Amino acid sequence: MPEVSKAVDEKLAQLDQRVTAAQSSADNAWMLVSAALVLMMTGPGLALFYGGLVRRKNTLAIMMQSFALMALITVMWALVGYSLCFGGNGPVIGGFEHAFLRGVGAEPNPDYAGTIPQMTFMVYQLMFAIITPALITGATAERMKFSGTVLFLTLWFLVVYAPLAHMVWGKGGLLNAALGGKFPTLDFAGGTVVHISSGVSALVCAIYLGKRTGYPKQPMPPHSLVLSFIGACLLWVGWFGFNAGSALASNSLATSAFVATHFAAAAAALSWSAAEWLKNGRASALGAISGAVAGLVAITPAAGFVAPMPALVIGFVAGACCYWMVTKVKAIFGYDDALDAFGVHGAGGTIGALLTGVFAQQAINPIFGAGKAVGGLDGHWGQIGNQLVGVLIAWGFALAGTIVLLKIVDMLTGVRVPEEHEIQGLDVTQHGEEAYNLEA
Amino acid sequence: MMKLEAIIQPSRFESVKDALREIGIEGMTVTEVRGHGRQKGHTEVYRGREYTVDLLPKMKLEMVLPDALVSRVVDTILKTAKTGKIGDGKIFLSRVEEAIRIRNEERGENAL
Repeated sequence: MPEVSKAVDEKLAQLDQRVTAAQSSADNAWMLVSAALVLMMTGPGLALFYGGLVRRKNTLAIMMQSFALMALITVMWALVGYSLCFGGNGPVIGGFEHAFLRGVGAEPNPDYAGTIPQMTFMVYQLMFAIITPALITGATAERMKFSGTVLFLTLWFLVVYAPLAHMVWGKGGLLNAALGGKFPTLDFAGGTVVHISSGVSALVCAIYLGKRTGYPKQPMPPHSLVLSFIGACLLWVGWFGFNAGSALASNSLATSAFVATHFAAAAAALSWSAAEWLKNGRASALGAISGAVAGLVAITPAAGFVAPMPALVIGFVAGACCYWMVTKVKAIFGYDDALDAFGVHGAGGTIGALLTGVFAQQAINPIFGAGKAVGGLDGHWGQIGNQLVGVLIAWGFALAGTIVLLKIVDMLTGVRVPEEHEIQGLDVTQHGEEAYNLEA
Repeated sequence: MMKLEAIIQPSRFESVKDALREIGIEGMTVTEVRGHGRQKGHTEVYRGREYTVDLLPKMKLEMVLPDALVSRVVDTILKTAKTGKIGDGKIFLSRVEEAIRIRNEERGENAL
């Protein structure tokens, strides 16, 4: 008999191994696709979205800023970035244990994603680190030097992004909801880490740089809403990788986040368009795509915590609020957030982070343990306090870090191009080329 | 010889060109231009910012005609370029002193 039982044990162990391998294969497939989708959001998604919104003479310059970050942040990520975000277990910043990607290989890291190679987790998170600084270029558009942009955003990634990512998502981070943070902030895919951080920093940049020459008297209409339209649609699709991928597995939570993401985008496109229709008597294409992006931003922190109906509410609120930020608030204060990085990402991210505290449900994601309420309507109103702490820390970090870094970069390379270069356009003066050589 | 300049709606351009070919006009120079007379522009709104677009796209036709042809050409343009709304454009006529074909230095109406 003992021989039989030994054989059964062996068989069971084999089966167990096969099941684990099968799950890992499925999860890994989805996560690699998600990583690629998130990269697609920066290039070409964001590059086209922003590229169409600037004047013709600055098209390549703004696209090049996104593209430069695809290369730069990747190298930084390999050297120290990944380790600063996801190494160690300090409250504010990670350590150097994974510097140069040491120890990052085929084995999963059970703290973050137990079924996929840590290398997949690493490259997936890299794509978030790329798009976040790229979002800021929407506020500095049409007047910031290329050298200053590159230096500032590289430093910003180290000083603002890495600590925030660690605080919210890293083991032991101050705001981590799953791995023992002091103020467990719910941020499924980056409402604080990605959108508040970039949006608030964008506002600081817009104010520090000052207005574009001629703003607001001189008309500066988008040079190609066709490009912006394609970019926004790519962003919408890419966002499925961003939010549903943040489940870090190919499971039902990923489906839930996918659905919430899609519904919020649709609701926000409608509410922005409706607001515009009421105000101007017409619904514009730019309004509809801007609304969709605002909804996608707002659902980002909530995607893996809320049901489809609350997702519609979040999207609806975000579309209308961001419309108001972009058309009214910006005009009242007079800052030149050229492509509305703050109005959409800063405001949308803040609204989304707070509403996550209202609508999060244990039925969707029992992040605090079985039977424990998650958000306000679930019976845990205190969560809104935690969300507020997370929001305030993200705002504070972004504000302080950006001001200090801008001062430093201003001394080293300068941040703003001379007026004659601005008038000539950044494509020619910064890069020595033109987007459209119509006579070629 | 008369020089005729007609500024017309871009949407009427193809019809005007076809009609002129039918009455035997062989040459013309065409430019895409922007401008306005009594026609007011329109406003465009991008994320709440309003822009008034008052320079509207038009087509400018230029041709130099033998005196005998002028009134037929003018009639043809009037008939085909007219939509009856503000913004249909204008025709200007002026005397031309001399015309020279560069290829063989022919002069006067022969050069047209």
